[in-house]
Amino acid sequence: MTEATQPLFEVFVRAKRGLSHVHVGSVHAPDATMAVRNARDLYTRRQEGVSIWVVEASDITASSPDEKDSFFDPAGDKVYRHPTFYTVPEDVEYL
Amino acid sequence: MSSDTDTSVTPADGGAPAAGAAHTAYLLGLGDDALIYSHRLSEWLTWAPMLEEDMALANISLDLIGQARSIYTYVGSIDGTDRGEDDLAYWRDERDFRNVHLVEQRRGDFGQEMARMLWFAAYHRALYAALSGSADAQLRAIAVKALKEVRYHFDHAAQWVVRLGDGTEESKARMQEALAWVAPYVAELFTDDAASVAAADAGVGVLPSSLQADASAAVAEVLREATLEAPADSRWHARGGREGVHSEPMGYLLAEMQHLPRSHPGATW
Repeated sequence: MTEATQPLFEVFVRAKRGLSHVHVGSVHAPDATMAVRNARDLYTRRQEGVSIWVVEASDITASSPDEKDSFFDPAGDKVYRHPTFYTVPEDVEYL
Repeated sequence: MSSDTDTSVTPADGGAPAAGAAHTAYLLGLGDDALIYSHRLSEWLTWAPMLEEDMALANISLDLIGQARSIYTYVGSIDGTDRGEDDLAYWRDERDFRNVHLVEQRRGDFGQEMARMLWFAAYHRALYAALSGSADAQLRAIAVKALKEVRYHFDHAAQWVVRLGDGTEESKARMQEALAWVAPYVAELFTDDAASVAAADAGVGVLPSSLQADASAAVAEVLREATLEAPADSRWHARGGREGVHSEPMGYLLAEMQHLPRSHPGATW
């Protein structure tokens, strides 16, 4: 098995309607169709999901750890961006 | 075979009549196909070409064990012997198993396994679809549940047959050889035996021969997409599995599958 014939796919599973797809791991597969099937067998054996997305890992553009300071630290002291001045109603489960 | 066509047996003690011998023989054939193939698939654990496929084959194997368990539990409850699923799986000998020869053959290469799975799942899919209308309510319930599982098995095999057939020169040649390897065992899947004829007459089962057109068309469609040739029909065909006459690998399979409960009867975790 080589990366050329069995590239890596990242797997996203939606646990139930109304929730978003969440990254759960990765699988190797010859193509995206097989990757969905492999993901079904690896990540939804115990009824973890109702929908699966896969995307080839090489297609993901990610932020670099080197950019961490300039990307994320500036948000640290901006309390006014947090919606802490609102009361969340008790029956809103997934806010 | 006359006893196979009895429709009911009344116990000497005058209790409720047990189900007919043909009825339970038919059900055992279904259960044994599932159990023996699940055992062969379980042999792939740690040997599949990739980790993902290891999981896929294990899942399919577990689906089949589940089907066998449901059928065995049902048979044991209606045949008047009060046997449990373990009694039927581990305490019957070779001549009492009614599975087809296809499922007992030794594990070959991955292409051979996908060729075998393609045919068996095509048969299983047509079978359970038909049994979803069985007059036997319990069998109907088992079939409705199993149909979803075997549809996935067929899809899994089809995906691989297409990729191997329409893949590299070597994968295509080996997939083509795999189809020839499986060919002599296909006809037995669709051969009517006394128990299936009686079960079909009673509205409980279906004639295996009635499933052939559907299954063959499904396989032909996959082969077309895979750019593979249908192999020439074999000069010999496996037969006799439904009467308990098996091929040489069956004894070895049972020895491995049954030795633990026979050496340690009643052992639990």
